[in-house]
Amino acid sequence: MNTMLITGTRKGIGRHLVDHYLGQGYRVVGCSRSAAGFELEHYQHHELDVADDKAVAKMVRAVAKEHGGIDVLLNNAGIASMNHFLLTPLRTVEQVFATNVFGTFNFCREVAKVMARRKYGRIVNFATVAAPLKLEGEAAYAASKAAVANLTQVVAKELAEFNITVNAVGPTPVATDLIRGVSDEKIADLIGTQSVKRMGEYRDISNVVDFLIRPESDFVTGQVIYLGGVS
Amino acid sequence: MKEQIFEIIKAAIDELNEELEYEELEQVTPDTPIFGGDSGIDSLSLVRLVVEVEAGVSEAFDAEVTLADEKAMSSRNSPYRSVATFTDFVLARVEGQHS
Repeated sequence: MNTMLITGTRKGIGRHLVDHYLGQGYRVVGCSRSAAGFELEHYQHHELDVADDKAVAKMVRAVAKEHGGIDVLLNNAGIASMNHFLLTPLRTVEQVFATNVFGTFNFCREVAKVMARRKYGRIVNFATVAAPLKLEGEAAYAASKAAVANLTQVVAKELAEFNITVNAVGPTPVATDLIRGVSDEKIADLIGTQSVKRMGEYRDISNVVDFLIRPESDFVTGQVIYLGGVS
Repeated sequence: MKEQIFEIIKAAIDELNEELEYEELEQVTPDTPIFGGDSGIDSLSLVRLVVEVEAGVSEAFDAEVTLADEKAMSSRNSPYRSVATFTDFVLARVEGQHS
């Protein structure tokens, strides 16, 4: 049974990914800041802050030890902030970067060490269309995800020798808590800029992830795949 | 504990050198150079070595140490210059964990 680690599994896209990959026969280990609130066969949950490097190292080693390795890492955990740039407190920017960038960095580094020993691994990070679209009101969020995209591309080069691929998927808005505070009008405007003008759905994301984590995708790395025709 | 860490590092170097076959890594002593200087270890091999040592330390001491260091790639100040400096570096991290 292959082992997959997914961050931010309590709700939203992460929660969907848990069901999707349990359905494909993976053993899934997830995490979030608080308890999962659900129990499923072949699913284990850890409570931690992804920005806490020591907690991440401890979790990753425990998972690797128990299951003999980690095949796939999905760095889904993310938080957003919608605000005018001039009204955004630094503390908000720090929190957004802590989860989105430092969390992704921590899990990439610790899991890649485990994967490197077995010379196999698939890592998928989470970007957003907000970065290439330069969405107003999302300076902190878009900048943090731009950092994730670049981190993905550099790390892909450094991990290629270990047969670990590192890619990112960049979703459009999907109806989750992340965009709860955004007005319908703004979402409609955003969708209007996409080539395919509809809301994103969970399946759009898992479809791309399915492709990126296939063993046959060993020649695909350092790519950021945006959904909805955004580039 | 220091002796045990030395043995973990030595075992990791031995394993790595089965592939590299570097003469200077055949007999591992505290003076054996690892990174920079005369040793032929490149950054990729260093990464592999560090990953093995981290795993070994985790097994032996039940300690979660992360052997990342901003001076890692510095030829003058890298804690990975020699087996002795690497041993001290790991020892300090493990003791830091337990204190």
